[in-house]
Amino acid sequence: MRRAATPLLIVAALALGGCAIEPWVAPYERANLSDPIMSFSRDPVSASYMNHVHEVREGARGAGSAGGGGCGCN
Amino acid sequence: MAATRSGQRYGLLAALLLAGGAGAAVLPEDRADLLYHSYDGGGVEVSGPSLLVRKSLGDSVSVYGNHYVDTVSSASIDVLTTASPYADERTEQGAGVDYLRDGTTLSLAYTNSDESDYKADTVSFDISQDMFGDLTTVTLGYSQGNDKIGKSNDPAFAATATRQHYRVGLSQVISKNMLLALNLETITDQGFLNNPYRSVRYLDPLSALGYSYEPEIYPATHTSDAVALRARYYLPYRAAVYGEYRRYGDTWGIDANTWEIGYLHPWRENWLLEFRLRQYSQEAADFYSDLFPRQQAQNFLARDKELSTFSSRSLGVTVSYDPGLHWNFIERTAFTLSLDHIQFNYEDFRDLTKAAAPGSEPLYEFTANVLQLYVSLWY
Repeated sequence: MRRAATPLLIVAALALGGCAIEPWVAPYERANLSDPIMSFSRDPVSASYMNHVHEVREGARGAGSAGGGGCGCN
Repeated sequence: MAATRSGQRYGLLAALLLAGGAGAAVLPEDRADLLYHSYDGGGVEVSGPSLLVRKSLGDSVSVYGNHYVDTVSSASIDVLTTASPYADERTEQGAGVDYLRDGTTLSLAYTNSDESDYKADTVSFDISQDMFGDLTTVTLGYSQGNDKIGKSNDPAFAATATRQHYRVGLSQVISKNMLLALNLETITDQGFLNNPYRSVRYLDPLSALGYSYEPEIYPATHTSDAVALRARYYLPYRAAVYGEYRRYGDTWGIDANTWEIGYLHPWRENWLLEFRLRQYSQEAADFYSDLFPRQQAQNFLARDKELSTFSSRSLGVTVSYDPGLHWNFIERTAFTLSLDHIQFNYEDFRDLTKAAAPGSEPLYEFTANVLQLYVSLWY
């Protein structure tokens, strides 16, 4: 029981602690990050196609960039 | 089962992290892309169009639709050695909706893929949350796919497969010039998982060639785990470099590593250039062999080159031009040409079109060229 609760407590502490974190990159400092050249999938139609090209010919699959989150910088 | 537990674990972790706070997420841009794609390599030609249209409805909903076609003409090494060249067409239709509320984005998507002997339906759900002053975005998602497999030369053949994807993503602002993203995905498949047309070869002293063929037999379950780390860095003169590494492993014994690096360079007012290099390598599945010692040598049999030990290296370049056109409701346009050249080198898959004693044929290798030409409109 204690072993199961430990990771939950750590995660809960991190999550609650996040409310108090001072952003180390202020919103007005995110101009570079919001430039389209910094997007992980700038052109979704192309990213999806190349993902298909690779998955058809390789044994590996998954964890593609299409499923990633944004940068929270807009 | 192990993958299900793993997926639940990621889900629990992400769900707890989601309690952390709220941010200012935004919906994807309103845009339409019309793409022509072409793949040419190893005797296989695949080309067709793809149309992706996305539009927001009010401030909190964005919808999209996608139509994609693969027109296939195949005289691949597998087809040349065990069957006849063929032509086929695959059509994929997809639609989705994103709903944004505070820092949370909920996404629902449906995709249908249809070809003469294979039909697949997939439903996906993702939830994304910005937190820690919008420096962190956590995404978790689930997809379920149901496939129906047929066989063109055997109308009585009918099989099914189900696929489940569990994924979690974390993207992080590291500095005012650097982004990092971590993605994990576990996929479990169950059902008929091999290609019904493919065969394995085994030593047969009674055959003139010295070998004969029998159908492939794959396990009915397959579970894989992939983890990818990506980074992007903004250079002082408005350019960007990026790198990514993906590690992959599955219950069939395949281990794979993927590396990619790239450089984006805006040029003058209207041009964007991208150069990239990608390296992929994998170890073969446990039940793969180029040449089995006898008929039915083991429970599971594969001679699918995608399950063999091989590596590939690709070099790509993308040129995008924004002519500065905008009229009526169109705010921006861009024309993009993208080319990738890929070299495949197989380490235990032999080229049977070259006559030699069984097992001593030269190793197979081929190159492929991938072309994309697309126009994008923002509105």
